[in-house]
Amino acid sequence: MNSIRRHVLKAAGSAGLIGTAIAAGLLKPGQALAAWNSAGFNATKTDEALAAIGASGAAASADIQVKAPDIAENGAVVPVEIVTKLPNVESIAILGEKNVNPLIATYKLTDFDGSLSTRMKMGQTANVRAVVKAGGKFYTAAKEVKVTVGGCGG
Amino acid sequence: MAIAMRVRAGTGEIKILMTHPSENGLRKDAKTGQLVPAHFVKNVTVAVNGKTVMDGEWGGGVSKDPYLGFKVKGLKAGDKVAVNAEDNTGDKGSAEATAS
Repeated sequence: MNSIRRHVLKAAGSAGLIGTAIAAGLLKPGQALAAWNSAGFNATKTDEALAAIGASGAAASADIQVKAPDIAENGAVVPVEIVTKLPNVESIAILGEKNVNPLIATYKLTDFDGSLSTRMKMGQTANVRAVVKAGGKFYTAAKEVKVTVGGCGG
Repeated sequence: MAIAMRVRAGTGEIKILMTHPSENGLRKDAKTGQLVPAHFVKNVTVAVNGKTVMDGEWGGGVSKDPYLGFKVKGLKAGDKVAVNAEDNTGDKGSAEATAS
């Protein structure tokens, strides 16, 4: 019993120490652990994921192009390019609308020059959605990709 | 994790390729039927001459051996570009390249 108590006290003590270090400005929270939007990435519906990244009211925009294949034979590797002429791009988010967890990735950008490419997994035929924050506002566009073999497991 | 990066001053293109399983925690091992634990890249930053130009948060939906390409304005020959990444297990990787 005593040894268990000691361990619990020890754990509490070290957690307290980290808290004190943050309070004292020795450790910035960002340094201790980089930011990661767990609400967004764990969301199981596109609407929830959009809400978690603050983009619920994103306006449809013809100034964003989602370039992806019409048909992806392998859902494990779907190449996607987001192209936009919107000025002052601050961030881009990519979603696979029918994935178990729709949010794929978010990117905060500075001096962005209009093109971002990656490769994403898709569980089934669905829209690939891009959300672009530019000049303080959210804009969005999507393209449907037909998936022959899903690539998310499960 | 291993990271390779290529930077072109003329087009402003930064291309990054990582070696990483990118397991989302939802896939079952074909032999054992057990779920393969989540193991994916969570945070990626790219800086040009020390100034962050991309700060990314990724989920398990990024494909295995993640690829990222993007264009940055004003990239000049000789600019030093650095990429740093960390996955959900705390494993880190980085690479540097000079724009040419």
